[in-house]
Amino acid sequence: MAGAWVFAEITRDGPHPAAFELLAHARSFDDDPTAIALGQGATEAAAELGAHGAATVYACDDPVFAEHPGRPAAHVLAGLIEAEAPDVVLFAQTYDSRDVAGRLQGSIGSALMGNATSIADPRHARAEIFGGTKIVDVELAGPAPTLILLRPKSIAAEPTGGTARVVPLEADVPEDIRGARIVERHEESASGPRLEDAKVVLAGGRGLGGPDAFAMLDELASVIGGAAVGASRAAVDAGWVPYSYQIGQTGKTVKPDVYLAAGISGALQHVVGMKGAKRIVAINKDADAPLLAMADLGVVGDLFQVLPALTEEIRRRKGS
Amino acid sequence: MNVVVCAKLVPTGTPTLGPDHLVVRSGTDAALDPGDEYGLELALQLTEQHGGDVTVVSMGPDEAGQAIQRALAMGASRGVLVSDPSLRGADALVTARVLAAAIGMYPFDLVVAGVESTDGYTGTVPVTVAEILGIASVTAVRRLEPSDAGARIERMTERGYDVYECPLPAVVTVTAGSVEPRFPSLKGIMQAKQKPVDRPSLQDLGSRDLTATQTVTAVTDAPTKAGGEVVQGDEAVGRIVELLAEAKVI
Repeated sequence: MAGAWVFAEITRDGPHPAAFELLAHARSFDDDPTAIALGQGATEAAAELGAHGAATVYACDDPVFAEHPGRPAAHVLAGLIEAEAPDVVLFAQTYDSRDVAGRLQGSIGSALMGNATSIADPRHARAEIFGGTKIVDVELAGPAPTLILLRPKSIAAEPTGGTARVVPLEADVPEDIRGARIVERHEESASGPRLEDAKVVLAGGRGLGGPDAFAMLDELASVIGGAAVGASRAAVDAGWVPYSYQIGQTGKTVKPDVYLAAGISGALQHVVGMKGAKRIVAINKDADAPLLAMADLGVVGDLFQVLPALTEEIRRRKGS
Repeated sequence: MNVVVCAKLVPTGTPTLGPDHLVVRSGTDAALDPGDEYGLELALQLTEQHGGDVTVVSMGPDEAGQAIQRALAMGASRGVLVSDPSLRGADALVTARVLAAAIGMYPFDLVVAGVESTDGYTGTVPVTVAEILGIASVTAVRRLEPSDAGARIERMTERGYDVYECPLPAVVTVTAGSVEPRFPSLKGIMQAKQKPVDRPSLQDLGSRDLTATQTVTAVTDAPTKAGGEVVQGDEAVGRIVELLAEAKVI
């Protein structure tokens, strides 16, 4: 039996939803995967991790992991790996988890594979490259364990109703390796559903022309109800909306029932983050925009006319 | 403040794979990764304000010299190119080991890289370099200024941003859009040709264990999604409403 470990990222709101997906990946080749949960709320998270298939959860609630992201977690993992010798450690392809994986690779010298979408066993995994147009099968060599980062939403989380054995861990992290420390946190107040959870995602790109036009998407979202607003990297890089809006290779991966893109041409970097949507609607004035070609419904037209008219029509329907 | 900037040469068009399953590098158009220009700009601004030099380090084929020339033309003082046929197909670990060894040959207070490359997107090499060098790191940085503790750094998060106090030396990765990269001036391009570019060998770097741990065993085309219907402006609203109704979201 291959010893599969899952690095369950602990956020301020509990375990990252991707942790449950990682357990589903792990269970495809290991019936009894182990989860490692580091940070405040880790012990509490163990029940949910167990309910998604973790047989064992190593948990440590020490605040050092949230205060100093990355390095202390990699240090503790390296110690645990030396003692327990797993075959593979799975990470979510998030900024925080991949920092832990990168650090860990530097200390243990194992193979690390990024952007995987599925895993066959600890030495074989698959990734999509070039915006998801090619699939590559990769074989991993080097000392165990292999480190594999899986893209969020490449598999559905599967509740098993199980219960994990919880093993408490001590955080033995020397002062001199703690590294950078968080001294302030700033969160944008979010209203409505999270981008990753919304049934409808409305995304704006360069074609919106500036930050003010996002108000059209906000209004449409509120009329539809349960919709979230996102953006392409071009709109985020231009500073029109914050990074938390970004959908794509860098940024969030979404799989809504309906994805409506306004003024987004469809660079590979963006497509990776939304191609799993059930239905894709693209509005673009350029008939050659790549996203129009992959949309279920492509609209060649002026989004400044289509969006307000669409909002008005849905309001009228709902009102009647 | 002396800054080392990591730079990568990436294909500019859609990359292709050769029979060995590696990205075709020769004979294709390539340039300094646009994602690296933000870190380079930040480094140039820091040294302009606080003194010090910017050294740009790249590992890659001989053509990676173009990426270094671009960085020198933007204002970096020195280039370092590690190029060896045995490094073709290098994975994240080999890349990190080589970069860490090359960076270690120069004085630095800060190492700057892009958040992830525009061709590979793994995004772990900079933190692995930090681990090998035994120093702190902060990723996804949008602002950095020197402070008593070393540097005060703003890092983007999924919800907003966090502020870090970071000891130096450290490795940081800089997000796109955080600064506006300058265009090289004609004068800068001319001066770049006179600037030193060191070419240390792997023996100079003392790098050991440079065997790649990843092998691509098969490449297949992903199933392509057939496009659907395309409508013009005036039909659009009715069709979008129908689609939303079919999806039962309105």
